[in-house]
Amino acid sequence: MLNLIFHPQLQLGFAQAGVAALAAFAVILLARKREIHLEGELLVAMVRGIVQIIAVGSILLLLLRAPRWTSAFLLAVMIVAAGATSARRAKGMPDALRVSTWAIAFGAGTTIALMMLLGVIDPAITSLVPVGSMIIANTMNTNGVALNRLRADVLAHVGEIETALALGAEAKESVSPYVQASFEASLIPAIDSLRSLGIVWIPGLMAGMLLSGARPVYAAIYQFTVLAMIFAASGLTSLASTLLMRGRVFSPAAQLLLQPSSLA
Amino acid sequence: MCGLNRSDPATGPAANGLNTLVGKSFNSDSILRTEHLSRVVKDKALVQDATFEVRKGEVLAIVGPSGSGKTSLLRLLNRLDEPTAGTVYVDGVDYRTIEPRDLRRQLGMVTQRPYLFPGTVADNLRFGPAQRSELLSQDSVEALLANVGLKGYAGRNVANLSGGEAQRVSVARTLANSPLVLLLDEPTSALDEAAKLEVESSIQKLIRDQALTCILVTHDVGQAGRLADRALLLDSGRIVRIGSVNEVLHA
Repeated sequence: MLNLIFHPQLQLGFAQAGVAALAAFAVILLARKREIHLEGELLVAMVRGIVQIIAVGSILLLLLRAPRWTSAFLLAVMIVAAGATSARRAKGMPDALRVSTWAIAFGAGTTIALMMLLGVIDPAITSLVPVGSMIIANTMNTNGVALNRLRADVLAHVGEIETALALGAEAKESVSPYVQASFEASLIPAIDSLRSLGIVWIPGLMAGMLLSGARPVYAAIYQFTVLAMIFAASGLTSLASTLLMRGRVFSPAAQLLLQPSSLA
Repeated sequence: MCGLNRSDPATGPAANGLNTLVGKSFNSDSILRTEHLSRVVKDKALVQDATFEVRKGEVLAIVGPSGSGKTSLLRLLNRLDEPTAGTVYVDGVDYRTIEPRDLRRQLGMVTQRPYLFPGTVADNLRFGPAQRSELLSQDSVEALLANVGLKGYAGRNVANLSGGEAQRVSVARTLANSPLVLLLDEPTSALDEAAKLEVESSIQKLIRDQALTCILVTHDVGQAGRLADRALLLDSGRIVRIGSVNEVLHA
């Protein structure tokens, strides 16, 4: 219906965004009836969302003409931002920012570089930056879950860990059950995404490819490819971050530094 | 009483009266001695300038009110926490020069709660020796269990043990490392009355039969009297008195 009223594509886009935003505000009105006040938060989130995404769209427009090294620079900035964001999930853990950034750089960086070399990811900026950002965003989530779970497990098992230490266990040995559990837990979303692909959800990338006229089977296969890359990158990131953090929760004399009292 | 049936360390020099030992020479038969041991965290002194010694074969009880630093002191001895000043000598060797894993085997610690690892009782007893790639023989497992009154428990799953049995397994597990000194951190405080007596009599028997050197943290003055040769009274992290049990507890 909107396309009959708004002809230029940009106007049509704003009109579509406006209608979708109205739907979101309708939910807010319903929530108000139940004494739940979300309007302030939603308004800020929506304004931020539209400004940020228009900015990114404009940057992508510029990128069409930018030199190739620009994508490496952009991905590096994204990795640092992702490291800072997911480090917040590891509050109180020593060196969380550095561990997160290095783990994401290792997991996402290795995967992106390898896939580009093998020709799975097109090195053109307009392809590399969006696909790379998808991989980085997912490694950010994985890293956040891994460190958050490790932190919670260590804090909940201080007695067991110190008992193992008191019996002569190596520091890394004393936390190994929790390192393993954190690694496994962090990969649950990536495994479930692969498992439910096409049944529970049709991911955005595939939907976008279909809308822009790609053949459905190719769009489907490429979506699987991206999810498999995300899984690989997430696994490497989680492995790196849990192993890097494992050594940092102990002092050089194998004393557990991460204690409930140390967070007070 | 355990001390009465063994060579009586209460006849040693420290038993002749209250003795803070600060600035005095130590006995040659001391197996562990601390010098000005302190730990301060965020401006709070948990342990302040603790200097004392433990002689081979004696049981020293550390007593004092809640929050007086008893557990903090024991954790420093096991080096689970780092002293902010002072040090500990184990058999004459500064413990900072001993690899932490070796040190912790030499000063075996039993915690207030038993924290058994999932699996069987035998798995738990084998944990310590396995850390240095040694396999504890079935005979050794049985002997250790017999010492704590749990003969025939080797194959039991730890999930099915009572509180008292779990704590006795924890004691046997620590002894599987053949420590020079056994550190007991309120080993009966988390137990009901019946289990408490059961664990205490096991410890008493062990001390008597094996002439163990032992440091026992307890808030139970009666228990200190029943198990220990000497006592050390702590208050606000400072040693207030050290001497024979009678002198310290009934001063």
